Parts: sequence; structure tokens; C-alpha cells
Amino acid sequence: MALYSDVVMDHFKNPRNIGKPKKWDAVGQVGNAICGDVMYIYIKVDDNIISDIGFETMGCAAAIATSSMVTEIAMGKTLEVAENITREKVAENLKGLPPVKMHCSNLAADGIREAIKNYKEKVNKE
Amino acid sequence: MRVYLDNGATSKTDERVVEAMLPYFTEDYGNPASLHTFGQTALEGVKKAREKLAKFINAEADEIIFTSGGTESDNMVIQGIAKEGDHIITTKIEHPAILESCAAMEKRGVEVTYLDVDNEGYVKPEVLKSAIKKNTKLVSIMMANNEIGTIQDMEKLGAICKEKGVLFHTDAVQAVGKVSIDVKAMNIDLLSASGHKIHGPKGIGILYVKNGIKVRPLIFGGGHESGMRSGTSNTTGIIGFAKAIELCNVDVKEMVRLRDKIIDSLLELPDSRLNGPKDRLPNNVNVAFKYIEGEGILLHLDGAGIAVSTGSACSSLSLKPSHVLLAIGLKPENSHGSVRITLSRYNTEAEVDYFLKELRGVITKLRALSPFGGK
Repeated sequence: MALYSDVVMDHFKNPRNIGKPKKWDAVGQVGNAICGDVMYIYIKVDDNIISDIGFETMGCAAAIATSSMVTEIAMGKTLEVAENITREKVAENLKGLPPVKMHCSNLAADGIREAIKNYKEKVNKE
Repeated sequence: MRVYLDNGATSKTDERVVEAMLPYFTEDYGNPASLHTFGQTALEGVKKAREKLAKFINAEADEIIFTSGGTESDNMVIQGIAKEGDHIITTKIEHPAILESCAAMEKRGVEVTYLDVDNEGYVKPEVLKSAIKKNTKLVSIMMANNEIGTIQDMEKLGAICKEKGVLFHTDAVQAVGKVSIDVKAMNIDLLSASGHKIHGPKGIGILYVKNGIKVRPLIFGGGHESGMRSGTSNTTGIIGFAKAIELCNVDVKEMVRLRDKIIDSLLELPDSRLNGPKDRLPNNVNVAFKYIEGEGILLHLDGAGIAVSTGSACSSLSLKPSHVLLAIGLKPENSHGSVRITLSRYNTEAEVDYFLKELRGVITKLRALSPFGGK
């Protein structure tokens, strides 16, 4: 399909890091079912580093591909680095997204930030 | 295996249609408006085609106007009859060719009422009746819906328009060849149809205009088509459309059987729902699957060589869910996972079986990814 790059199609057809990791510390939930894109990004954190990550996504091919890509980028990164993953970075690594789909990749980067926020809140409570 | 199940979008041109068209490209290529023999030979072909098309809907030959397709025919009717201060009645489930033309007319001071439909997509006759006002000029209701296959009770709706003295137009693009059409019995004053949905060529359509009705032209020029639609006749398209009409008088029983096999099989899957009534266009299936999104279904099937379409927002340019699915009461969150399968006379049982097997796999795969239920 010409709409999406080969990399998008690869991540859509063979998504990485599917589902909840066996152990996870926090989840970032973004999007809403009414507009059709919902992403849950789960993270496990050890010594300030994302040691495991997984996602659950309902959405179009771009939503699935960006979820998959964002988990690949964030895996093994420090929280500070992961927090700064931008939608442009996700789209760039996917060799571009159609303009109307940019909001989907925005969601994936937001999902990581939400998960980290959720993690920090939990840690601060303890 | 390559399986085409998107015949509601467009269809394969029948080889016999192509064959009928060919001489008009290279031999009888004269302009039907020319007096010489080249022109008159082409005119003869156009004349016969016009007669064939007219007969198919029980109209007269001089009531058929050739256009570039369904969209142009719809635009002609909506833009060419009502004037400022007039009232048009249509429905919430029309094709964008009608809805967008109506929106343009609203900007020009025409009042438009968009009728609600019930949860199967039917226009209730009493709803139409009570919407007709003194300034109502035109009622436009599609004969069969392109997304959910609902076939309206044309005779009843037509009788109401006749009784109230308003013009009755129908977009019959999806109905042609699947539903028998009689403009007299159905009291239809204007009708749009298109060639490419019934194995004819693209770029040709008709507008039936009952004798005595005036439609202001959209396209001005040499006064072709009784002055209603100028432009050199699309001879090859016209010949092809008429040939396609001749060939579409086939039994739809087998299509209905395959359609129902698909419906029964898909409704066995958990959290699936049939959009539209059971008794519907012989070639149309529309099923919504919860927790997943249609574009993903479409692209996975495409990877397996299968073509379908979806009412999902993500696959549309506007990023809005299907207006038809919303009009029949689906919540936006449940409309995203809808898939439309439209058969043609070329589809085989083996193709349907292959599709059903692949689709089951795709649904399972996408639901496994979804944060919601259905796993």
C-alpha cells in the first residue's frame, strides 16, 4: 500500500512488544474510543531505566505501528531520555507518516510520557 | 489468491462490455452530433443504447440524459431544480454527492431537511409525509444504500410525493441490476444511475428526467442532451453502459446465497453486529467488530490479496466515522470496526471461503492487540 512506508507496514504486520510485560510498574493510557485510537503503554522500571515495555492498541495501522515503534525506541532508555521522545522522532523512525495520521504518532509519544508520569506518581507515594 | 469484494466501490468491466465498446474507439469514432456518416453511425449506437437504458427502468428514450456518472446526476438534480426559498427533503444516509450538493444549496438560500432513518436505515413513510411543506420542491431518497444495503419502499415513498405534488428523485446507483426498477410504478420523476458499478465502464452515468420536468444545466455548451448537459457524447461509455445493462439481467439467487453465508459466518464471531437489515441488497454485507478498527482489518486482508472497504474514521480523509452508521444509531466507538463486503456475479464460493478464513485470523490478531475485551 502506497499510503504507508515499508517500515510502518512492517511494524503494523509484525508489531514488537505486544501486550503487558510479565511484570510492569506503570501504564500510560491515551486516546479515546470515540475517535478510534486508544493506546495503553506499560513500563517496567529498574534503576531509572525502562527494563521492559509493552503495548495494547486499538486503532489504525499507523496507531499500531507508532505504538510498536515507540516501545522499541524507549526500551533500555533512562526515564529522562524516554520522556523526551517526540512524535517527530517516532514518525522519522517509521520513515514518515501521512499528514492526516500525525495525530496517531503524537499519541504514542504521549503514551510513554503518561506511563512515566504514572510511574513517578507511584514512586512518590511510596 | 486475489479476491475482489469491493464491488460497491467499483466493479470489473465485463469483457463483453469492452468488446462492444472497441469499435467505437477505432472505427465508429465520429461525433454523434455530426451530420456525416461517421457521425450518424455513432449516433445510431447512442440511440440504441439510450433506448435500452430507458427500457430497463420503464422510461422513454428521450427521458434519459447521459452524464459523467452518479455524482454528476445527483448534482444536476439538487442544484438544478430548487431556487432560493424552496425546500428540499433528503435523508441522513445519502451519498456525499447528494449531501454535499444540499449543503451547497443551503448556502444559496435553499432550505434542506435531512430525514432520520430507523436503526435498519429505513425512511418511515409518515416521517417523509410530515416533512413536506408548502415550499417543498424536491424529495431525494436513495433507492438502496451503498454502505448498509437498505432498500427503501420506493412505491410507498413515491406515492406520498405524488399525492403531495412534489418531485421525487432517487439515487439508484447501487440498486441498478440488483433491484427491479420501474419509474412509472414507483412514481419516480428523476433517477441517477452509473455504469461502473454494474461491470460497465467508469465515467458514464444517466439522469432520468420524466418528460415535462425542467432541470437547469450544470454544464453549458453546444446544447447536447436536449440542452440539459452539453459536451461531446461519451460514445464508448454510453455503448458500454448499455451493454452492461443488457448483461445485468441475471439471477441474483447465487449472490444472495453467498451473501447470507458471509453474514451467518461473521455473526458467529463474538461481539459482531450486522449493520442494516437482513433483507438487503443482494451483494451487500456490513458487519461491525467491537474493540478493533477497520483500517487494520482492511490492510491485513489486503496483505492476503482480499479487497474490502470500511466505514472506519481512520480510513477516511475526513477522519470522521461513517455518517450512515451514525444515522442508524451506532456509537462512534462501535462504528470504527465496521467492514463492508460487496459481491459481484464473478465471486465464487471458494473466494468466499478463503475470505472468511482470513478474516477470522485478522479479527483474532487485532483483538489480541486491543486494550479492550474480545481476547
